[in-house]
Amino acid sequence: MENATQKYTISALVANKSGVLTRISGLFSRRGYNIESLTVCATEDPDLSRMTVILIGDEYMLYQMIRQMDKLEDVKKIGCANELDCVYRELLLAKVSATGEMRSQITLINDVYKAKVVDLSIDTMILEITGDPEKLDAYIKVIEPFGILEMQRTGVTVLARGRHTLKDRDCYGDHVN
Amino acid sequence: MKMKGADILINCLLEQGVDTIFGYPGGTVLDIYDALYRNGKIHHILTAHEQGAAHAADGYARVTGKVGVCFATSGPGATNLVTGIATAYMDSIPLVAITGNVGLNMLGRDSFQEVDIAGITMPITKHNFIVKDVNELAATIRKAFYIASSGRKGPVLIDILKNVQIAECDYEPAKPLPAKAIAIDEKRLDQAAKIINESKKPLIMAGGGVVASRAFEELKELSVKLDAPVTYTLMGKGALADNDERNIGMLGMHGTVAAARALIASDCIIALGTRFSDRVALNRELFANGKKVIHVDVDNAEFNKNVAVTLTVLADVKQCLKSIMPKLDKKSGDWMKQAKNADGKKDAIANVRAYDILKAAAEIAPDDSPLITDVGQHQMWAAQQYPMNKPALFCSSGGLGTMGYGMGAAIGAAFGTGRLCVLVTGDGCFNMNMNELSTAVTEGVPLVILLMENGVLGMVRQWQKIFYQRRFSQTTLNKKTDYVKFAESFGAKGILIDKDDDAKAKLKEAFDYSLENCSPVLVDCRISSDDNVLPMIKPGGTYETQLKKMEEN
Repeated sequence: MENATQKYTISALVANKSGVLTRISGLFSRRGYNIESLTVCATEDPDLSRMTVILIGDEYMLYQMIRQMDKLEDVKKIGCANELDCVYRELLLAKVSATGEMRSQITLINDVYKAKVVDLSIDTMILEITGDPEKLDAYIKVIEPFGILEMQRTGVTVLARGRHTLKDRDCYGDHVN
Repeated sequence: MKMKGADILINCLLEQGVDTIFGYPGGTVLDIYDALYRNGKIHHILTAHEQGAAHAADGYARVTGKVGVCFATSGPGATNLVTGIATAYMDSIPLVAITGNVGLNMLGRDSFQEVDIAGITMPITKHNFIVKDVNELAATIRKAFYIASSGRKGPVLIDILKNVQIAECDYEPAKPLPAKAIAIDEKRLDQAAKIINESKKPLIMAGGGVVASRAFEELKELSVKLDAPVTYTLMGKGALADNDERNIGMLGMHGTVAAARALIASDCIIALGTRFSDRVALNRELFANGKKVIHVDVDNAEFNKNVAVTLTVLADVKQCLKSIMPKLDKKSGDWMKQAKNADGKKDAIANVRAYDILKAAAEIAPDDSPLITDVGQHQMWAAQQYPMNKPALFCSSGGLGTMGYGMGAAIGAAFGTGRLCVLVTGDGCFNMNMNELSTAVTEGVPLVILLMENGVLGMVRQWQKIFYQRRFSQTTLNKKTDYVKFAESFGAKGILIDKDDDAKAKLKEAFDYSLENCSPVLVDCRISSDDNVLPMIKPGGTYETQLKKMEEN
């Protein structure tokens, strides 16, 4: 039953009301499962929020989580995103020490990574970059030597390519049974 | 019609057909209790403690199949319900627990008797609600009943703020929401039928889901058609009459020898409404051991959770059995005979005094009496030896194993059936919630309490014998309680059955008195401290390792 550990992305449309996040995070913590990343935001439908959870675990954990989440009254649709058919994006803001020559070095890096400088002070810069999580990981490695004072990642957002939407999806697709 | 929130609540309960509520009043439910008083159509049973109310609602739900309802005030009233709610959650019992809470203007200020009961009960309810607006009250109550009783049943809590109970809004009566039917995948039914038809030695395993879906006739029909043995989990006791020729007894840690042997010998397990708990699939990797397993359940999340199976069928057990029956071939052969009496020998299990008492009680008790148990050795003895020949009358805390469950549940079962109830308990369990004997007396409940007094926490002690070299840490009770006098002081009758007494005569007296006087009778049955529950399979063990006698380390 236990398989190799990997990253799984669970997308869910949930009721847009208080307490939903606690219910879902409780399902994970109760089982000792770790959430790698969690993004929740309102959607085009005011009654629904969209939630993206990155779970690090095996297939057993993934199926358990999807099925347990699906049982919650507040979870309306749920699916496991397939990496090949989806667009993954995440945004990073990072404040780095930057004086004198360092600034031009950072600007060079930004050109390669298509990152932006969104704030500049005498000795700091705030950098912004959007991309898939792996791109952000790589970017962080490169700017780390300049001294990251603080940073925040938004967590992963995911949409399926083409016509498919989570809303139209019948239950959780072909991942169960 | 304009109505106060508290009155809307009572009217919504009446819509759902609620006629009995177990509860305890307090500051934040005063308006609800006032509405209950003014309405006068619902029988409210005042328990001694909110835990008793929750267990009573649970017992009521188990025997009636309806949703059990309990009331409690905020703070300690609400937290006292928690064990009862968790018990119902683990056993998938439909319950609606209604608590009051402080008003919206007091919320979140650590007000007197304020507690976040919705937060506390989140992991032990199917769903819960905090009602902050009276306009949402009626819809919330209707939804709560729907959730509690649909799909895999379970408890729902509604926390109603004080201001909501007082505020007014329009109330329109409505019918209960119709249950959603689960469409069964026809292809899977065909596959299941094929596997069963190809099997030579199918074993039917009935769990609590058979009871929940009231699939008793269908289970019987299946066993006849396949001429197959039926074993049951603790939660499935009574689904097929214990005196049925194809019933080979309980499966699990303390299940019968016949069931264990049949499981080993079978080539196909038809698992109906069961979750392969660790007390049944003690070793989840080796439980199926190459056999075909068909798992029918109403909860998708149970599939392949504990035991990897051959085929899953998402369905209500009753609907599934009805649909699959025509697809099954009639079987015959000597498999049934083989399973019933595996090697021609009687199970050589040591007799214990409790067996004699339980068998005698079962003979005297009316056939339609609910049997309620607490948790521990007496529970297992009752599950093994007390025959349940009518369905849905067995109440026992299976999943949570709640000591102290019995007294409250017995009161609930008595109100659910209107019949005499039998409670089997131990001195450890009884001491946890013996206060509810006063409720049973006040309400005139015909109840025979078989208190198996061994002076120890028998099951824990048994484990200490097996796993802890007889270091009896804190399992010797040393109580000086005279249970006969205790019962008398509460206004009940007490009868003593000492170790050498003729149990039958004393039991007859107990049942006669209870029925004639509509009164609880406590029968203090003195038994040895050293009786054990056997057979036994150690945690994690396979059915091949079933112990028929004690093996101490």
